[in-house]
Amino acid sequence: MISPRADKHFTVSKIHRPSVSKKTTATAEKKAVSPAPSKAKGANPHAQAPINAKLTRDAKIELHRKMVRIRRFEERSLRAYQAKKIGGFLHLYIGQEAVAVGCCSLMGKHDHVITAYRDHGHAIAVGMDTKPLMAELYGKATGCSKGKGGSMHYFDPTRNFWGGHGIVGGQIPLGVGLAYGVKYQGHKGAAMAFMGDGAVNQGAVHEAYNLAALWSLPCVFVIENNGYSMGTSQARSSAGELAKRAEGYHMAWGQCSGHDLYEVRATMDKFLTEAREKHKPAVVEIVTYRYRGHSVADPDNTYRSKQEIEEYRKTKDPIQVFQNQLLSEGVLDEALIEKIDTEARAEADTAADFSEASPFPTPDDIQKDVYWETDNPSERKSQGRLFFD
Amino acid sequence: MPQFTYREAIRHALAEELTRDKNVVVMGEEVAQFNGAYKVTEGLLAKFGPNRIVDTPISEAGFIGMGIGASMLGVRPVMELMFWSFYSVAFDQILNNAANVRYMSGGQINCPIVIRGPANGGTNVGATHSHTPENVLANHPGVKVVVPATAADAKGLLKSAIRDNDPVFFLENTLLYGEKGEVPEGEHIVPLGLADVKREGTDLTIVTYGRCVLHSLAAASILEKEHDISVEVVDLRTIRPLDIDTVLKSVAKTHRVLIVEEQKPFASVGSQLAYMIQREAFDELDGPIHRLATIDAPAIYSPPVETEQLPNPQRVLKAALAAVA
Repeated sequence: MISPRADKHFTVSKIHRPSVSKKTTATAEKKAVSPAPSKAKGANPHAQAPINAKLTRDAKIELHRKMVRIRRFEERSLRAYQAKKIGGFLHLYIGQEAVAVGCCSLMGKHDHVITAYRDHGHAIAVGMDTKPLMAELYGKATGCSKGKGGSMHYFDPTRNFWGGHGIVGGQIPLGVGLAYGVKYQGHKGAAMAFMGDGAVNQGAVHEAYNLAALWSLPCVFVIENNGYSMGTSQARSSAGELAKRAEGYHMAWGQCSGHDLYEVRATMDKFLTEAREKHKPAVVEIVTYRYRGHSVADPDNTYRSKQEIEEYRKTKDPIQVFQNQLLSEGVLDEALIEKIDTEARAEADTAADFSEASPFPTPDDIQKDVYWETDNPSERKSQGRLFFD
Repeated sequence: MPQFTYREAIRHALAEELTRDKNVVVMGEEVAQFNGAYKVTEGLLAKFGPNRIVDTPISEAGFIGMGIGASMLGVRPVMELMFWSFYSVAFDQILNNAANVRYMSGGQINCPIVIRGPANGGTNVGATHSHTPENVLANHPGVKVVVPATAADAKGLLKSAIRDNDPVFFLENTLLYGEKGEVPEGEHIVPLGLADVKREGTDLTIVTYGRCVLHSLAAASILEKEHDISVEVVDLRTIRPLDIDTVLKSVAKTHRVLIVEEQKPFASVGSQLAYMIQREAFDELDGPIHRLATIDAPAIYSPPVETEQLPNPQRVLKAALAAVA
């Protein structure tokens, strides 16, 4: 039996704005945004959203390619994990690719991203090279964090990507801090603070909501709702609608399907624009699904059925959905699909080969990157011992 | 040299750094309109405005985490905890995020945040408000921990802390806020990780920091006058980085050590010191290392008894006599 999933209700993305009148209650207007008129019956209305309509053919192909690259990268990393090349946890993003790719494709110069431990997709989406990403999983010195962070802790501040955080919900106050920094420094930008559906019950998340709303900080909180906080379904963990909790803080909120990249972009564009232009924070719940367990260590046979997974895979796979869309638009053809896939597989293999050939950090590296001062000894101002034995 | 209170000295350090660097912001509960729960930030809102002096809700995990995130972007937040005791509700932010983000990013991200506020017992506020977490904080590589005892040190160390590119946790003391001391005029900087010999002596080294420096100096006067014992008082000032060299130099001179700390004994700062002294100056010691700490129980409320639970001049005196016996 297929478990009831909230996204059955989300055939059209919804946007809720707090009422501006002080006389009315804080209850959000529950008016769904009308989909743009479609030319053909059954056509995706989000394709006509301005943010998508202006995409060039090449840009659309790149969006598709990015999702495929994430998928192949992770499948390759899973094989490496099974071959015991990778330690610790491996939380795969497979099935959720349209969320990170859709959101991060909207980033401008002063937009920032922070996420939780299921971070491979976001890292590739912001443009990180897959070789150091894979090498980080292998624990190699050539990894993006020199083998010091691992799967859950990817960072690239040069691409405004601030991790990669392991504690559920712990990154959300940092995301508000990024938004604070953008505003304090006078830039026009926004922070996207990603979390899973399990994070919404953490106190730090609510403290962060309050600060963002109280101080009008340009932060868009993105709940990637894949239906399960580890092995506990949404119905068993969270009261009420997840994004609707924004109403308690008088924030705008929205919901959309994360299976359709166009819908993700169309929805997020509205909230990001409000954040950048008017410093308005919001909570957006993007309904998605992961095909793999919570982590590779999850046997995935206790809390959902194989049939449910198969159903998603057949009908809602974000790569398949977008691929079909681009086929119908005449942007992709079978030959190009095959070429992109072949190249993505080759890229993942190259990343694995690079990782395999790379050296591990040495014990001498353990105490590097701890303090700025010890890494920059000529500029050190403090005295005394910083390390102990 | 002009005299200022410890509170004024901290305020002057904040004002000078706010003036010097527009990236510095002061945030915390009641720091702006209320002028500070302990009046440390009094007048700063009027001088620097609400963009630089920011009142936060009672929401430590939220606002400390926010400060950490902002610091990653180059803002230099000085966050006030009304009591360091409240660090426990922001523990994940302080010791998972601030302490680890540089390491986990392979050195790509800095976190130039200062978190400051009082951390002390002795004010009859019960166990929840009387924590002294310097040992817990200093147990985390990646952070720096400062505990100033005097007005001049508080000013000079806070200025260093604000300019530091690593996270610095600055532990003050409500019972020191009103203590006056000489503070050098002009730009006064005390580097982190430099201990200070507050009194020279030849018979016993007392290694201490924070308010216990005052107790130790008081006891040292009595020891000299009434017992003809010459005590050297080494004020660590900074816990991490630790100036162990100054401690070892003093041990080599006196050959006897008493550690005095307002800490619970188990795995305290003193435990670390005792390990290091025996390891690095074993041959200099004429006797076992002694320690005077807080009596090992949650902080008692009862006012006269709390005084006895903490180190005080009489307890230091007694412990010093035992250490030289």
